[in-house]
Amino acid sequence: MRRRLLFYLFLTWAVLCNTFAQSSGELCFSLHAEPKTFNPLQAADEASETVRYLTGGVLIRVNRKTQAFEPGLAVSWRVLDAGRKISFELRQGVSFSDGTPFSAEDVAFTMRALTDPGLHSPVGDSFRPASGSVSTTVSGTHRITISFPAPVAGLERLFDQLIIESSKSPQKEKAVLGPFCVADYKPGSYVLLRRNPYYWKRDDSGRQLPYLEYMRLDTQQSRETEMLRFRRGEIHLINNLDPGMFDRLAAVSPASARDAGPSLESEMMWFNQVPTSPLAGYKKIWFRSQNFRLAISEAINRNDIVRVVYHGHGSPAVGPFSPANRFWFNQSLKPPPFDPQAALRRLNQDGFRKEGGSLKDRDGHPVEFSLITNAGNKTRERIAAMVQQDLSQLGIRLNVVTLDFASLIERISQTFDYEACLLGLVNVDLDPDAQMNVWLSSADQHIWNPHQKSPETAWEAEMDRLMQGQATTIDPNVRKAYFDKVQEIVWQQAPFLYLVTRNALTAISPSVQNADPGVLWPQAFWNAERLRLTSDGAGGEK
Amino acid sequence: MKRLRQLALGVLLAVFVTSLLADFITPASYATQFRDSPNVGSSWKFPLGTDELGRDRFSRLIYGTRVSLLLGPAAALLSTLIAAMIGGAAGYIGGSTEQLAMSATDLFLSLPWFFLLLMARAMLPLNAGTWSSVIITFALLGLLGWPPTARIACAGAKSLRESDVILQARASGCHGLRLVMVHVVPNLAPTLFAQFWILIPVFIIGEANLGILGLGVAEPLPSWGNLLRELGDYTVIMSNPWSLAPAGLLLLVMSCFQIALSRKENSV
Repeated sequence: MRRRLLFYLFLTWAVLCNTFAQSSGELCFSLHAEPKTFNPLQAADEASETVRYLTGGVLIRVNRKTQAFEPGLAVSWRVLDAGRKISFELRQGVSFSDGTPFSAEDVAFTMRALTDPGLHSPVGDSFRPASGSVSTTVSGTHRITISFPAPVAGLERLFDQLIIESSKSPQKEKAVLGPFCVADYKPGSYVLLRRNPYYWKRDDSGRQLPYLEYMRLDTQQSRETEMLRFRRGEIHLINNLDPGMFDRLAAVSPASARDAGPSLESEMMWFNQVPTSPLAGYKKIWFRSQNFRLAISEAINRNDIVRVVYHGHGSPAVGPFSPANRFWFNQSLKPPPFDPQAALRRLNQDGFRKEGGSLKDRDGHPVEFSLITNAGNKTRERIAAMVQQDLSQLGIRLNVVTLDFASLIERISQTFDYEACLLGLVNVDLDPDAQMNVWLSSADQHIWNPHQKSPETAWEAEMDRLMQGQATTIDPNVRKAYFDKVQEIVWQQAPFLYLVTRNALTAISPSVQNADPGVLWPQAFWNAERLRLTSDGAGGEK
Repeated sequence: MKRLRQLALGVLLAVFVTSLLADFITPASYATQFRDSPNVGSSWKFPLGTDELGRDRFSRLIYGTRVSLLLGPAAALLSTLIAAMIGGAAGYIGGSTEQLAMSATDLFLSLPWFFLLLMARAMLPLNAGTWSSVIITFALLGLLGWPPTARIACAGAKSLRESDVILQARASGCHGLRLVMVHVVPNLAPTLFAQFWILIPVFIIGEANLGILGLGVAEPLPSWGNLLRELGDYTVIMSNPWSLAPAGLLLLVMSCFQIALSRKENSV
């Protein structure tokens, strides 16, 4: 009898230990800057967005692996009135992290706060219509309809960013509906997140998530120190690894280095086509020539850039979307070929001639231009050096100039005193509607020639028409047809010369279970509520 | 000690001459990218291995040394001349001129010169060309680096002004430019010469600092500054110890300058 009692006591102790081990533990990773705000409606920087992602509850979540919409705080939803309304059925029995019950009134409160012009919410910009106002209709405690004055394309995706705040909690925005809540914050040092005891989500066995008791986000700017700490086992995850670091990590700890494939991030260059820019007239003619732009594109060996700069962890870029964007990427497009001879033929068509190793235009001006990029970004500096050597084969002299970021932005957006620029593109939104400010000729991010009063070229006029078309259509397939055409025009006209799409490279300690890095942000911890640590907790090099 | 100084001067001379002969002794151009051999280790073909773009490290080190060792002294000379004119004149004339000049010098000293350099670099024409960017970078260093030397020159000139040598020269009827050229400048020269030697390594390090930020000498031309940038990532050093060669050479040259300088200072 006593022996049996001891056996049951031991069994109970083992089960309790196992349960404790699964729900306890502190997972650490680095933020590369201080969070500027903990108000989820005002988050605009990556550090604040990280805290927002881990603490905030949303009505609809985009699954970072499948890229499909998933129910969050809303169990179901319907888009009505040709995209002017969206009706949500909310989850019942949900509470904020301080125990305050969640209801439709909280969604209405959040929408009012979000669209308040006085708040200047970056998230609110997507919701705020050009004219009219957004209204909410609460029907009971768990039903709400949000109405917009005009149809909104891809309406559901907007709600992935909308963190619901409590209308009643005395803790205000500190009361959250996400898997974690902020437990401690030491400026310049760390943000400590504690598991939300009221989090609504459960795993397949009915166990409440998240598994982790704490997440610690250390402020650490230096990527080298971050890697050093990872290898010591002091942190467990790194997002967006540099390819060189990734390879060096893979050499010593292959299980920690994860390449999730092509991401949504690419490097690109473009020429200044602003007619009023202070450039020489003949250079403006070069840069506005489709043949010139395509010839430069064909003279760049993208495969070499992938191999040398990205160590093979990338692919030649095609256009504004990479194959990582499963639905919107135009599958019929291929990366521009590397063909210096074809490039030279194109240039000949425009009157360029190679004389004594130097390329000259029809008026005898040697082809020489500068390429600016931001100082301190080694990857871009290496790409620029490779482009420089590729173009020298055509007799083109390229001057690479690195500038501090503020000077560079001033040149490309205000003075237009530059010739070509190399920068990166980070797509955080899968939907092309988020790129209206890039492709419309009147937009400020139409960076090669912004703020056009009316489209200056036929192809830009066509892009305007197509982008307006996709923005006012609800049927995703029709919208895709519109944006496929936009991608074709971009490919043919080359206002941007897309160079390389980098792979999503992450480092994940072997002690982290359930990690499944994706290509969408936040790659390594998109499923934070399901991450857990093995009992030893450390994953450094042994 | 004398032998050590001679050795230091010999090393400096050898490094300088080697860098001048870069066109003849390097196996490849500093810009040629051997794209099939990026980041390889030391071999007969690449004595110090290659960098991330497959460029021969040895060639880049020799050419980079030429850039830094030629233009460092040029910038130091420019700075010393400006300092001699402003500080020397202020100290010799004295009175309100000295006060005005030293106030301007103090103002210059208190300016965040590093940010001034960044601003000035950003305002340069973009199509300046590689060599132009080098010359402009060092010229900026020279133009902004004179104030500490000016203060020393001022103090030197001031003590000269009140010295017996000058008093006797004046009493002998020597005045004006003749007094300055025959008595003031030769007596001030050792101080300025020592300052010139001190400024050379300061400007070489200054360019290296700008290069580490990517704001120094433009690609693909190498300099010690942009060669040292590689060392920002410790894992590169672990995997390719030859990447330490520029730092080693910089350390050697700076040490030799210091050893050679000790003699110059003692002679003042």
